[in-house]
Amino acid sequence: MAESLARTIPASAGAKRASTVAPLLPLVLDRVCYAPHGKPVLHGINLELTHGLRTVILGPNGAGKSLLLRLCHGLIEPTKGRISWAGKSAAAAAHRQGMVFQRPVLLRRKVADNIAHVLAAKGIRRKHRDALVRASLEQAGLTHLADRPARTLSGGEQQRLTIARACVCDPDVLLLDEPSASLDPAAARAVEELVVRIHASGTRIIMTTHDIAQARRLAEEVIFLHHGRLLEHSPAEEFFRAPRDPAAARFIRGELID
Amino acid sequence: MADFQTALLTAIELVIRLDPDLVEIVWLSLKISILAVMLAALIGLPLGAAIALWRFPGRRVLIILLNAAMGLPPVVVGLVVYLLLSRAGPLGPLGLLFTPTAMVIAQCILVTPIIAALTRQTVTDLHEEYDEYLRSIGCGAFRSITTLLWDGRFRLLTAVLAGFGRAIAEVGAVLIVGGNIQHVTRVMTTTIALETSKGNLALALGLGLVLITLAVAVNATATAMSDTARRHHG
Amino acid sequence: MRTLMSYLITMPAVLAGVVLGMTTSWADDDRFITVASTTSTENSGLFADILPRFTADTGIEVRVIALGTGQAIRVARNGDADVLLVHHTESEEQFVADGFGVERYSVMHNDFVIVGPSSDPAQISEMANASIALARIAEHKAAFASRGDDSGTHKKELSLWQTAKVDPAEASGTWYRETGSGMGATLNAASGMNAYALTDRATWIRFGNKGDLVIHVQGDKRLFNPYGVILVNPAKHPHVKSDDGRRFIDWLVGEPGQRAIARYRIEGQPAFFPTMILD
Repeated sequence: MAESLARTIPASAGAKRASTVAPLLPLVLDRVCYAPHGKPVLHGINLELTHGLRTVILGPNGAGKSLLLRLCHGLIEPTKGRISWAGKSAAAAAHRQGMVFQRPVLLRRKVADNIAHVLAAKGIRRKHRDALVRASLEQAGLTHLADRPARTLSGGEQQRLTIARACVCDPDVLLLDEPSASLDPAAARAVEELVVRIHASGTRIIMTTHDIAQARRLAEEVIFLHHGRLLEHSPAEEFFRAPRDPAAARFIRGELID
Repeated sequence: MADFQTALLTAIELVIRLDPDLVEIVWLSLKISILAVMLAALIGLPLGAAIALWRFPGRRVLIILLNAAMGLPPVVVGLVVYLLLSRAGPLGPLGLLFTPTAMVIAQCILVTPIIAALTRQTVTDLHEEYDEYLRSIGCGAFRSITTLLWDGRFRLLTAVLAGFGRAIAEVGAVLIVGGNIQHVTRVMTTTIALETSKGNLALALGLGLVLITLAVAVNATATAMSDTARRHHG
Repeated sequence: MRTLMSYLITMPAVLAGVVLGMTTSWADDDRFITVASTTSTENSGLFADILPRFTADTGIEVRVIALGTGQAIRVARNGDADVLLVHHTESEEQFVADGFGVERYSVMHNDFVIVGPSSDPAQISEMANASIALARIAEHKAAFASRGDDSGTHKKELSLWQTAKVDPAEASGTWYRETGSGMGATLNAASGMNAYALTDRATWIRFGNKGDLVIHVQGDKRLFNPYGVILVNPAKHPHVKSDDGRRFIDWLVGEPGQRAIARYRIEGQPAFFPTMILD
């Protein structure tokens, strides 16, 4: 854990991480299906993610993006198929990932204490926590709110807090589930900037969204999901210029698809 | 009507004069009920949390019984505790009958289901809200429970206050297991019962007013403290 | 894990501290005996008057549990009291015969009275025969509040009905109302519904809620109310404080106790008459 202290780098573009522990990637999904209560919602997902890119999982509402993210994080188990992070199961890899949910889940305590709680849960001793909390707040631009009750923050501030919280233990991968879906445009932009800064400090980003414009801004790699099927996986530039899948093309054009 | 007026005047007079008998009775009532509630909380909070979070066969039935137990008839509890603590009973050698300890035990039995049932409900609601998040950060089982309990602290405080209200107002059980012995096991409620049986209705009513005021004061203090805490820490 | 450890260590420590702190103030280092007696004796105020004298003489505290006679006897049978002091001779003698009591001593006596509404609908006022008075009440179906709780008073009442060859139980719920409660509660009920009732004189004098009720029948030998005291048998219950219990009984039936009883007044009137003849 001593390495995490050294590795908490505030926003500095282009800083690459020297990986001194085994990498978490590649992430491999092999014929993954998910059918809770017998009702299939994800069908035969095959996926491999390697590079340290910003990956955006794009698709209309109900496509199964949230479920895919939760499967990767080990919160739910696939009905069929395997998920592995560099050979490890999703559950085993989860502690080196951070996850941000669409609606921020905050404890009824101060902002700083919310971050400290994660550190305590991960077994970091009390004397190391303060420095980590302060660095984390600084990275998210929330230092001035450290002592406020977390639930009194605005929507955007709350979400930046949950992102900072998810990153405090310097995870290898940050998973975000529609992080700005319930925010106004200004707050959404602040969140996006934070995500970019985190990625720059060496954390792999996997994010879901249904917002095409946001995907254009953030994605380096796009995975397109529709009705529980993975229809396309390409570099972002290629995807937006000339999507191979017809459904994807219609989605980009803004035509509602069922 | 005259009785009510006399009662009010009696109550005021007793309080202002700091009547030593009254002070002794009030102090004993508070000691017994506060201790009973603390014990009930120590048992009921983890118990309620455990029932909320673990799935086991018969859980539904247990929840129904727990909720029903909130309405346990005090006089029946008193009778059962008496039979247990009596010299002729299994716990006789402890010599606890007709002591304040027996009263604490009886009140604790009455209050624990209230705290446990309300805790269970609170923790269930919070669990729904926090479960995915706590699993995401790899929060262990024990820490998850303490996190949920702490986050629900205001609702749990209300549960504890409800328990206190039940304890301090109870008369049936403490009368049977305590024996209403003067200077030893006589509390506010049993004194009121005694004075009523002597026909001293105005005095009994006056004591009743003192008891109600006491309960209000305890609740007001607790609520003020929690409001302050809420403002400072959210 | 660390949190669990700290919880497991601090919680019992806190709990022990609280329990010790709160209970040391009621620690039982004091020397005391437990006396099971009746609500009527307690409500009369006799104990509050004479027991402090005993404690002053001997340093032994007397803790009185006041219940109905039936309940008091049961408590003594269970060994939850050291001494029994009630007012139903037949039950007391049975208690000794069954081996639960050592010996019965006569302590004092007073009398019962029949009280009722001043309008006296059954017209029993000044009657010499209490049984016949009750029969009259039954005849007129006048409201009567009974203890109904197996107490000394209740047993006395039942024996009076028996002598009058009337069975009021059939009328239970109509004019005959069994409260199943102590003397005070029964008198409250009688006062509230303007009914007749049988009560011991001492409780009656002291009673604060007489309403419209007055004494109608008194003085009949049948209304004699004797009290007996018995030490609970240490052979059956070894933990009984027999030495201090004996000290108490000796004091109570001896001169100091008997004088204290004789001197006790309620509103200027003597309430109990000691068995011992004093000058």
